[in-house]
Amino acid sequence: MKYVHEFRDPQRAQGILRQIEAIAAQLPPGFPGSPSSDRPLRIMEICGGHTHAIFKYGLADLLPDSVDLIHGPGCPVCIMPKGRLDDAITLAQNPQVILTTFGDVLRVPGSSQSLLQAKAKGADIRVVYSPLDALQIAIAHPDREVVFFAIGFETTAPSTALTVLQAAAQGVSNFSLFCNHVLVVPALEALLNQPDLQLDGFIGPGHVSMVIGARPYQVIAERYGKPVVVSGFEPVDILQSLWMVLDQLVTGRCTVENQYSRLVAEDGNPVALGAIAQVFTVREQFEWRGLGEIPASGLRIHPDYAQFDAEVKFSLPHPHVDDHRACACGDILRGVKKPWECKVFGTACTPDSPLGACMVSSEGACAAYYNYGQLDRRRPAAPSAVPSHSSSAR
Amino acid sequence: MCLGIPGQILDIIDPQHLLATVSIGGVKRSVNIACIVDEDHPVDACVGDWVLVHVGFAMNRIDAEDAQITLTMLDEIAELNAMTQ
Ligand code: SF4
Repeated sequence: MKYVHEFRDPQRAQGILRQIEAIAAQLPPGFPGSPSSDRPLRIMEICGGHTHAIFKYGLADLLPDSVDLIHGPGCPVCIMPKGRLDDAITLAQNPQVILTTFGDVLRVPGSSQSLLQAKAKGADIRVVYSPLDALQIAIAHPDREVVFFAIGFETTAPSTALTVLQAAAQGVSNFSLFCNHVLVVPALEALLNQPDLQLDGFIGPGHVSMVIGARPYQVIAERYGKPVVVSGFEPVDILQSLWMVLDQLVTGRCTVENQYSRLVAEDGNPVALGAIAQVFTVREQFEWRGLGEIPASGLRIHPDYAQFDAEVKFSLPHPHVDDHRACACGDILRGVKKPWECKVFGTACTPDSPLGACMVSSEGACAAYYNYGQLDRRRPAAPSAVPSHSSSAR
Repeated sequence: MCLGIPGQILDIIDPQHLLATVSIGGVKRSVNIACIVDEDHPVDACVGDWVLVHVGFAMNRIDAEDAQITLTMLDEIAELNAMTQ
């Protein structure tokens, strides 16, 4: 497939891997990843799509020991707090409601059950490919209330915003959104403000950036002094971006660079940003599973479109449910711990019954380690202990 | 979740609702093209465009020239100049 195969070319991957080794060897003395430092270089890939690709293609194992990849908070399914899931289940249990959502969300556990379990008990929950499909269901069922459980970063927010605008234009009154869209940069700032931070640079989320552009990451480079390279999703894209981060570190630069210029413009997509600005407003704060409340990190529906806001239309309990005590997700997201260092990894916490955020979707760090057999990097798992690959592998 | 797939716009199904047929690796799908249409690039001009499809929407056009520049840069970094097309 065009724009895919050339960025999966093994020869290109080999070539760039050799250059990553060469440039990692040039890290100045005392700098993380240099022989005289006590820790490897820690580069965070922000997006869960990158985390998944890194494990699918085994990239982490091909890198020199001096470079460690840290897996960021960019999996909107993983970071959905249990309380929001409980609210979605409350909506679905209303006999008047058809709850529609993306397939990824169905298995995420709330405090007592998942949407899939609620569906098995009779709730009318339907998986859609696009929010436009949810709108079609509403048009086809004028006697029911159709709610779209909207999740996702800035990548997905324009599609739900445009769907609300279309519902308004067509005068559809039985359609609403339960809005759980989240924002990337405030989450990164929350990570960067942690006192024990051990991150040296970022691989930026390509598809969020095709909407918001590369410019919003400037604050990360300027205020926090960390290089950012916005990256595509094929293995060669990710390796090239990693080389670009290392090149900045070795040459003493700190800026935002764009490896994914075939899709990402400096200022993003004006139509998509316009739709977001028209339909949504920023919440004062939003709770992230594993990270807690983060200021200005989520979107809600603008009062002008209140008739499409499920949080206005229905009364929801909004419970706060604490993360599991044993969960080390926060430390994993900050790069302080690896999944196998969590006490319950692979025992009490597995993809089938996740305790923490990072195990919830195939894009979470713990799930990626588990599904691809990285039960312990230092002692590779015996073949019999390697779980079968996730069926949702992409 | 932020997954997107490249596809090519084959024809316009419904200009009013901005719906087009996109071929994604040979599979045809109806996709909303609101995000890639503006005054400089009207609906009719979209036929033939390569786009990135995410949840039923064409989110951006893929720039062929930029893709080639990225590959050329990559092959220079990786010292694979000989195999640059
Ligand atoms: S193994 Fe489970 S509980 Fe432990 S950090 Fe990972 S997701 Fe959280």
